[in-house]
Amino acid sequence: MAHAIDTAHDDQPAKGIKRWLFATNHKDIGTMYLVFSLIMFFVGGSMAMVIRAELFEPGMQIVDPGFFNELTTMHALVMIFGAVMPAFVGLANWMIPLQVGSPDMALPRMNNFSFWILPFAFTLLLSTLIVPGGAPAAGWTMYPPLSLQFGDSFPMLIFAIHLLGVSSIMGAINVIVTILNMRAPGMTLLKMPLFCWSWLITAYLLIAVMPVLAGAVTMLLTDHFFGTSFFNAAGGGDPMMFEHIFWFFGHPEVYIMILPAFGIISEIIPTFSRKPLFGATSMIYAIASIAFLSFIVWGHHMFVDGMPLSAEVFFMFSTMLIAVPTGVKVFNWTATMWRGSLSFEPPMLFAVGFLFMFTIGGFSGLMLAMVPADFQYNQTYFVVAHFHYVLVPGAVFAIMGAVYYWLPKWTGHMYNMTLAKTHFWLSTIFVNVLFFPQHFLGLAGMPRRIPDYAVQFTDWNMVSSIGAFGFGLAQILFAVAIIQCVRGGQKATAKVWGDATPTGLEWTIPSPAPYHSFTTAPEIPAA
Amino acid sequence: MNVNRLMANVDGPAGTRGVALGRILFALFALAAAGSAGANTSNGYNMPPGVTVLSRDIYQLHMLVLWICVAIAVVVFGAMIVAMVRFRHSRGAVPDVTMLHSTKVEIVWTIIPVLILIAMAVPATKTLLRIEDTRNSALTIRVTGYQWKWQYQYLGDDAGIGFFSTLSEESNFARQLHSGIDPRSVPHYLQSVDHPLVIPSGVKVELLLTSADVIHAWWVPDFGMKRSAIPGFINDIWIKVLPGKEGVYRGQCAALCGRDHGFMPIVVDVKTPADFAKWVARQKAALKQAQAAPAPIAAPSAARAAAPGLVPAKRVARPLTAQVSN
Repeated sequence: MAHAIDTAHDDQPAKGIKRWLFATNHKDIGTMYLVFSLIMFFVGGSMAMVIRAELFEPGMQIVDPGFFNELTTMHALVMIFGAVMPAFVGLANWMIPLQVGSPDMALPRMNNFSFWILPFAFTLLLSTLIVPGGAPAAGWTMYPPLSLQFGDSFPMLIFAIHLLGVSSIMGAINVIVTILNMRAPGMTLLKMPLFCWSWLITAYLLIAVMPVLAGAVTMLLTDHFFGTSFFNAAGGGDPMMFEHIFWFFGHPEVYIMILPAFGIISEIIPTFSRKPLFGATSMIYAIASIAFLSFIVWGHHMFVDGMPLSAEVFFMFSTMLIAVPTGVKVFNWTATMWRGSLSFEPPMLFAVGFLFMFTIGGFSGLMLAMVPADFQYNQTYFVVAHFHYVLVPGAVFAIMGAVYYWLPKWTGHMYNMTLAKTHFWLSTIFVNVLFFPQHFLGLAGMPRRIPDYAVQFTDWNMVSSIGAFGFGLAQILFAVAIIQCVRGGQKATAKVWGDATPTGLEWTIPSPAPYHSFTTAPEIPAA
Repeated sequence: MNVNRLMANVDGPAGTRGVALGRILFALFALAAAGSAGANTSNGYNMPPGVTVLSRDIYQLHMLVLWICVAIAVVVFGAMIVAMVRFRHSRGAVPDVTMLHSTKVEIVWTIIPVLILIAMAVPATKTLLRIEDTRNSALTIRVTGYQWKWQYQYLGDDAGIGFFSTLSEESNFARQLHSGIDPRSVPHYLQSVDHPLVIPSGVKVELLLTSADVIHAWWVPDFGMKRSAIPGFINDIWIKVLPGKEGVYRGQCAALCGRDHGFMPIVVDVKTPADFAKWVARQKAALKQAQAAPAPIAAPSAARAAAPGLVPAKRVARPLTAQVSN
């Protein structure tokens, strides 16, 4: 039964700032999330440039060691909560309604609030750089007692984190309600695209763990201001308890940052292989298994903290086990390409880059799971290399691939392919120059979160820093490509990718997608 | 390991991007393996095999897992590269749209990884059991992390010997912002201290780790041992340096602990048991002298040494500082 929605009075978007401030349209909100995340990517990236500049040579050349710690802390907070997570939410906002055939998200006003919390929260967080005492400098992991040694910035950090958590939880609720309630008639869950599946599962993870983070940081707050001793041993408390609570959030958090990427790759590779995703049902089970397992591995962040032997063994086995469904996904993506008909437009370049380099990050992750070996790897640049491989040529490349994949649908223009391909190649080369040597540094004995190092670590640090500068500069091409595309370009058709375009609902509507789409539910073919 | 035979599997048509990547990775791993064979300290690419019983075990486990990962990478990346070359649209490849799923294949590529994981888990668990067995040590030393230095206090027969170990003055001057001193001109820049920890080789030495303020971590790569030093907790690890491997070994704090986290190194002077006994005797003689003629108040280490097992002095008054008690 098709119901038309009365849009007679809002055919055209509002004019000026009101359109954005009071947006309830999923496309506008999605755009705002994506623009915000791109800005934050450059903010966090600039911090990384300063970090790598200081680490270019031994000796202190540029910053005070305390400020260096502020930079590493803020770099992580900005990238995780300001760049990667909002980018995925922006993609969800744009694409979930289009892919399930619904006119908008289920809760459009809550959607608006979810977004507008972010600029406010980040203004609060970034302004800690200029308060007395400076920004928080205990790492994004905020372990007490160290995190309790910071002054004015501390309550601002806690408040910002609470705001970010609320934004994420509300966004996750919106995703779940939209997917479960607003799919077009005939779209069973098993017919739903993988990107929507990956977000459905991610949304449950968010709702499960963001409150845990909120609890942990609230306990930090009360320890600091209200005389509690949750984490103070002298008062009968336990610094290790913070680690357990934080990582119970923290491990699912990193899966929150990668599952939507898996969904994106599962959309792009079949398109440019001109062949359906191999083992689609298996892929859904794999995402669900990874999500479940993500709750029982948190101890692997704490192997050197002196857990009982039984806990070390349990977390080693559970962490190793996550390699199985992850491997299944890599194999299924490869099988999708096998006997396909492959072309390498920019989205496919980023997807294939993801496939190679995320897998490398997966290998270093498997090595880290081996507890005795982890006694050497933990808290070194080996860990830094691992998580940057899964996050940068992993999650970030998936986001860039998604932007290059859907941008013509959003704007109605093709972008400059040569510019996009150049962006890809420069990014790939420099990201490897930047992060691969960090494996060597960690194995050779360099700890992380240090502003200066013994001279035997000089060569690889220099190489890594050069990679950082190259990678950072290459991202300017991304911004240029997007801005040029928004302003004009060769017209894109509904089936943006020509004969490679798959059968998803988003490709049945014009490019640019109309301001209100699927106001009447589409017909989903029975087969 | 026959690097040439393994390299052959990576060969493919020249010019494909993945092959180049695979070759570079492989060469780097091979260099890592070759360069580190027999070395005691890292060659700059790879983990050092180290000088203790445990560091050797850990190194073997690390190399086993690394080679397994390389082997899997060769197969998986190989398949990807072959697919990208053979099944190109530009070459006229026609997609096989009937190839949708295969339960058999899913089972196979689930079971095989599980078997590989079990093969890795067995040696890993054995090594872990050995590491966590801290019984029957010949010597016990309490290690306390401070912001930003280490304190070592010998327990048992050598009780009374104790001192702080702080970044050497030369390094400390050179590391100041705009010091004008080239770090390369400073011997063991950032890895030298005023009073190194001294232990004997050939015997099981137990270290009890704790902290007087925030979480630190004690790590010497050549010993293969890293453990956190947590206020209110005592962690224990053991080290047994192989006989014949006497010498000076250097490490660093490995847990962010504040502004000077990067500037609180660890230096361990491993002596033969005979030399260690002589060193202990000298320390005890110095203690006796200090007790007989008490030094003026500006000698904190002597005062601390004169009262064995005493709680380390309370830090600058800060709310919520953890107190270490015996």
